Amino acid sequence: MALLSKKDSKLILDPLADNNPITIQVLGICSALAITAQLKASIVMSISVIFVMGVGNIVISLMRNIIPSKIRIIVQLVVVATLVIIVDQVLKAFSYQLSKELGAFIGLIITNCIIMGRFEAFALGNGVWRSFLDGIGNALGYGVILIIVGFFRELLGSGTLLGFPVLGDPIAKSGVYSIGYENNGFMLLAPMALIVVGIIIWVQRSRNKALIEEN
Amino acid sequence: MAINTEKNSYTIIFSILMVIVVGALLATIAQVLKPTITENKRIEKQQNILYAMGVNENDESSANFVAETDAAKLFEQYITEQLVIANGSAQADDKAYLIDVKKEQAKAKAGEERRLPLFVGEKDGKKYYIAPIRGKGLWDAVWAYVAMDENMVVQGAYFDHQGETAGLGANIKERYFMDDFIGEHLLDASGNFVGIAISKSNADPLNKDKQDNEVDAIAGATITGDGVSAMIRNDLKLYVPFFKNLKKTN
Repeated sequence: MALLSKKDSKLILDPLADNNPITIQVLGICSALAITAQLKASIVMSISVIFVMGVGNIVISLMRNIIPSKIRIIVQLVVVATLVIIVDQVLKAFSYQLSKELGAFIGLIITNCIIMGRFEAFALGNGVWRSFLDGIGNALGYGVILIIVGFFRELLGSGTLLGFPVLGDPIAKSGVYSIGYENNGFMLLAPMALIVVGIIIWVQRSRNKALIEEN
Repeated sequence: MAINTEKNSYTIIFSILMVIVVGALLATIAQVLKPTITENKRIEKQQNILYAMGVNENDESSANFVAETDAAKLFEQYITEQLVIANGSAQADDKAYLIDVKKEQAKAKAGEERRLPLFVGEKDGKKYYIAPIRGKGLWDAVWAYVAMDENMVVQGAYFDHQGETAGLGANIKERYFMDDFIGEHLLDASGNFVGIAISKSNADPLNKDKQDNEVDAIAGATITGDGVSAMIRNDLKLYVPFFKNLKKTN
């Protein structure tokens, strides 16, 4: 007896690969560019989005029968904004260092189109439990890509991972730098995030031909 | 009973209720958390000031503050005097560290007198003068605490920012950037204030020349670097009369 029924586990697993919000639906690209220059920022952003999406989908799903359809987008915005402010304030009070490092990123969650997209497409028409799973699943799918992109950008751009110099010291020329390796500063700029996402999309589609759209 | 959610009156009542509920919720949370947040900010300020004068827990490459729980005690121990410079004279004021540099800058813009906080610290028999300064980076504010000796030679600096690009401008708070300032002169050879420029055309990337009033820039962070240069030039300049006075009286 599985913890989740087959239908429910599909809600979590699908967005991780075959229906990934970033690589398949191409949503949430903006934040994937903005914050993936460092692995740590990617991880924290993923966790914050998991929280906001999970709770947001629950709230919207609970209210789905009483929200006037004329102003539903505004209601969704208010819900996201409220949750984001709560996350921001709680972090400021209990994890001040972290909130300082994240600074602007927390506010950026509001503009994440995946969240509005899932509210509109799923939570408005489905029950609480399923909406919650859908929210978590999509946030995880988003987080996985963010972390992969962050990993490569920090490793190749700064030669560090989570701030630790894993490739040696570029100034003292130790580690791989002693044989002439150089950091690629271009990896830290936004265009490289797009290119890394592009490579992930390429790899994913060549492994699973069903994902390729027909012309 | 089914509610007709399409009616205008329902929409209006729904929005009013939503605003009241959300407003009340957020106001409550803000009120409850406010004391903790203010306290966090105060501790951070003390940590920053201590960091600039070399009271920190730096290891080989990363910048580490003293522990939050010790900050207040160490601040008391190392900072011997807090001064507020206004109207050309320095007054002792043990609440100087609560002065908001941003507000003072706004006051100066409006033509009012700007109060300049300055912290006098003492460590191993050496005196440090630590000034908080603030300026603009690429996206948002940048600020710093700069510790100087009585000749305006930098003894240590802590830089921070609101939202500079991670991996580029945000690196102003990395050790390799901040440590370059140590020993750097703010005055030129004839004693005039020139500041410290963040230079891209620096012929001295290892920063061996401490009298050139320049440190090496971070590649890819030109505007952040220019902002830091301007901040040092504009804000530390205001402290020059104080240091001239100090020399005279000694």
